[in-house]
Amino acid sequence: MRISLVAQRIPIATAGLALLAACGTTAPPAAGPPMSGMPMGTAAADTAPVTTDAVSIEDFAFAPARVSVKVGATITWTNSDQEPHTVTSSGTGGPLKSTTMNTGDTYRYTFTSPGEYEYLCTIHPFMTATVVVTA
Amino acid sequence: MSATEENSATEKDSATENSSADEQDLGPEGMTRRQLLRHTAWFGSAVVLTVVGGEVISHVATPDAVAVPPEDPNALRFAQISDSHLGFKGAANTAVEDSFAAAIRQINALPQRPDFVVHTGDLTHLSTPAQFDQVKQMMGELRTGKVLTVPGEHDSVDDTGQKYRQAFGAGSRGDGWYSFDLRGVHFIALVNTLSLEKLGHLGADQIEFVRTDVAGLSSDTPIVVFSHIPLFAMYPAWGWGTDDAAAVLNLLRRFASVTCLNGHVHQLFTKTEGNVTFHSATTTAYPLPPPGQGTAPAPVTLPAGKLKDALGIREVTYRKGSGLLAVKDVRLA
Ligand SMILES: [Cu+2]
Ligand SMILES: [Fe+2]
Ligand SMILES: [Fe+2]
Repeated sequence: MRISLVAQRIPIATAGLALLAACGTTAPPAAGPPMSGMPMGTAAADTAPVTTDAVSIEDFAFAPARVSVKVGATITWTNSDQEPHTVTSSGTGGPLKSTTMNTGDTYRYTFTSPGEYEYLCTIHPFMTATVVVTA
Repeated sequence: MSATEENSATEKDSATENSSADEQDLGPEGMTRRQLLRHTAWFGSAVVLTVVGGEVISHVATPDAVAVPPEDPNALRFAQISDSHLGFKGAANTAVEDSFAAAIRQINALPQRPDFVVHTGDLTHLSTPAQFDQVKQMMGELRTGKVLTVPGEHDSVDDTGQKYRQAFGAGSRGDGWYSFDLRGVHFIALVNTLSLEKLGHLGADQIEFVRTDVAGLSSDTPIVVFSHIPLFAMYPAWGWGTDDAAAVLNLLRRFASVTCLNGHVHQLFTKTEGNVTFHSATTTAYPLPPPGQGTAPAPVTLPAGKLKDALGIREVTYRKGSGLLAVKDVRLA
């Protein structure tokens, strides 16, 4: 494809949209407003936990995003994505610390005390989820 | 206004006059000129962005048609590369090492040697020692005064950045941040990929570093900030933003010109907020979807032969007294 020179002057307000618009498909949303009121990823906090000891990692998400187990239970995470992921406690000092999980890899952790354990994928930190451990 | 910027306006006018001819030349699948511009821009190919007095002028040009900046021994010139993801194996790019080598050759072939080359993160795909070793060796072949880096989240997968700092942290402070002055411009390199909670995060120590760092600077000093994750909210649902960036941007509010250069999103995007212009760079590895297209920011496999159009390098030039930096994005040759 030979392109000699194409130039276009874009007013500032629409520059972002024009640059992002794809050909022939749905226009993506504009980049968000400044940091207040930004949409977040999976909202784990508001949904009722699912009682299960198996969490799958699929389509860049933990499913279910909020699970509940009894103290002493072991949860198994399985990566079904093509991309690598991790299971890592949010913040510092949390117990979950998987190595890099490639396609098909699993990670297990046995919860020994009650509480809410938030975790994320360090490679895609918008992937967040919670384990609720009850006595 | 520098000569470069005046040229941009002139080129725009002549291109408008010639637009029907361009449409004839360009329509591969019957695309109009505007559609092609969007198509090309979306794939992050050779879009040349020059900031001129409150407007963004977007140029599409073949690599061999890139305007050579005016001869000026005192001009600042640097190149940005990003998201090389060495070690990535996938259909979206089965040879990321070759693409990265091509980007390095392209920088080495620039008519003027850049003062430095900055890699804005995701040097490696999975932070393995072998991947760090390879990316360091390859960047050692860059023909430039200095090679600079900031880490991406892929460079701190399992050790909060220890291997990254071993390989690239010499001379940095804290978790790897630093600043320096060159040819009248003040540069600040930030790390926002370590204490992640959904979004990029800078942390109190780093914000304090910026506060002290800029305290003595006069407000007409042009500021350039490097970070991996954007400092603006490009698409927070996919983690494309930094939760405490406002604290740093507030410290930079008094400066006449602030240019923030980031990677992470694997596509070109430019946005101006007041005195600050943000430029997301493309990648040398594989494209990601535009914000919100599809369920996740998963690598995009393009039709055969189209990958190179999505990959690129960035050249930045600045002439003292001209106020704004000229940013040009060029696809891989
Ligand atoms: Cu992940
Ligand atoms: Fe990346
Ligand atoms: Fe990244």
